[in-house]
Amino acid sequence: MTADAAANRRGSVARRPLFRRRSAIPGFTLTMGVTLTVLSLIVLIPLSAVALKASELSAEQFAAAAFSERALAAYRLTFGAALVAAAINGVFGVLTAWALVRYDFPGKTLVNALVDLPFALPTAVAGIALATLYSPNGWIGAYLTPLGIKAAYNPIGVTIALIFIGLPFVVRTIEPVLRDLSDDVEEAAASLGAGRLSTIARIVLPALGPSWLTGFALAFARGIGEYGSVIFIAGNMPYKSEIAPLLIIIQLEQFEYANAAAIALVMLGVSFLMLLVINAVQAWARRFS
Amino acid sequence: MAARRLSTEDPAWAKALIITLVLMFLGLVLVLPLAAVFAEALRKGLQPALDAIASPDAIAAVKLTLLTAAITVPFNVVFGLCAAWAVAKHEFPGKSLLITLIDLPFSVSPVVAGLIYVLVFGLQGWFGDHLIDNGVRVIFAVPGIVLATIFVTFPFIARELIPLMQEQGTSEEEAAVSMGASGLYTFWRVTTPNVRWGLLYGVLLCNARAMGEFGAVSVVSGHIRGLTNTMPLHVEILYNEYDFVGAFAVAALLCLLAIVTLVLKTALEVAQPGSSRRGH
Repeated sequence: MTADAAANRRGSVARRPLFRRRSAIPGFTLTMGVTLTVLSLIVLIPLSAVALKASELSAEQFAAAAFSERALAAYRLTFGAALVAAAINGVFGVLTAWALVRYDFPGKTLVNALVDLPFALPTAVAGIALATLYSPNGWIGAYLTPLGIKAAYNPIGVTIALIFIGLPFVVRTIEPVLRDLSDDVEEAAASLGAGRLSTIARIVLPALGPSWLTGFALAFARGIGEYGSVIFIAGNMPYKSEIAPLLIIIQLEQFEYANAAAIALVMLGVSFLMLLVINAVQAWARRFS
Repeated sequence: MAARRLSTEDPAWAKALIITLVLMFLGLVLVLPLAAVFAEALRKGLQPALDAIASPDAIAAVKLTLLTAAITVPFNVVFGLCAAWAVAKHEFPGKSLLITLIDLPFSVSPVVAGLIYVLVFGLQGWFGDHLIDNGVRVIFAVPGIVLATIFVTFPFIARELIPLMQEQGTSEEEAAVSMGASGLYTFWRVTTPNVRWGLLYGVLLCNARAMGEFGAVSVVSGHIRGLTNTMPLHVEILYNEYDFVGAFAVAALLCLLAIVTLVLKTALEVAQPGSSRRGH
């Protein structure tokens, strides 16, 4: 029983001898059949269309579509803004998770619910709201304009939208780890004479490291694909404030389907790379837990 | 939370500083946009906002959004239950690969999610000619919108149910089956009651995303007013026409949807503390 529980905690079921693979529970063929059929029809086959469509292009054509100056500028903006937004969320996400787990304060339930707002709020709504707030005569933009800061219709605007979108990923990834972190280690460090700050710096933060990285990577991955919340505040100027997903739509509107597929293929490649990174970080984290 | 000893307590000033910082940040990033939507919607009073919501195009958009969710959510419930049953209650090689593939739509940009269906069903697509010959429209029509929405919400319910069913193990089902219960009976009477909160949680998040999806739907919809406009697309059109009161009025409706979702989600987490593992 204990072995089983331990195995379950590791996320895998206890290894059974081969002859016991046939489970007593019925319905495997049916449910597996439905799962694989639906997965193939909805996800895998349509996704493979991207690669197939892009393969209609010659290498030169592919490069011209996927790595044109304009596309490179869009990747730079998309990845750069997603990176900065994930970093800002990395800082405030830890603080938010820390406050939610360690402190009691009035309105905590409300704050906790609010953190998930970006998951629940349609991205287009977030987009027009942010564009209105940060436009030169908006609630926030009006205060930034006298300072000479332009926060909408440029890369800063893109970053602001991605901060909104990415925040819950960091908070919700760190929170359970922080909650499970036992007081004992901190108490031990403190009783051995470590100050509070060095306990946090040497004990707590390293323990949070893998989940922080995972949250950061999730926020970044979501950021590079994000469209709805960004386009309203981005300005969408070619070479300046045009994100990569928008380029796909522009190619589609010109009926350049293969070019759209080429850019999509690059973005899918980056997404899969992020997926691998996230899985690797989690596997690495499991080795220490 | 258990009382902590002084040695692990943060100093009061640090506590106050962190809470202040967090509240200011969340206020700036989350509360202000929400407040802005309602303020802009009511800028000219309540009546213009209500008129915008009651316009025929807006009502058509609401109906299409509800229809999309009404197809997407049950579809994903059936798929999620099948996938969770197969993955959590049985052993087979390649299980973790299957889970990764089910999660895949989360890491695909919504725009790419729309694009793939254009590539398959669009004019230049695999089935384009065939569909036109038969008078079936998928792209720039409702089926495309539903397909794209199913794609982006695909993992929501399955990934909520799989870990939950794995945690609960197989002993209860094995006991039921060994005492002669049929598979379906076991499923309804043993498994479903155990996972109903997690299922509800997944349905809630899936529904919010299905009603709010913008990028993927925008690619396949063609933005035909009154026909293929969902609520988020209607918001975009009104906004781009500088009908800000109209855009924000419809947006306010979507905000209410988000608020209801968050309230129900919080209620679920209070009722069932285990369900707060994550959200997407």
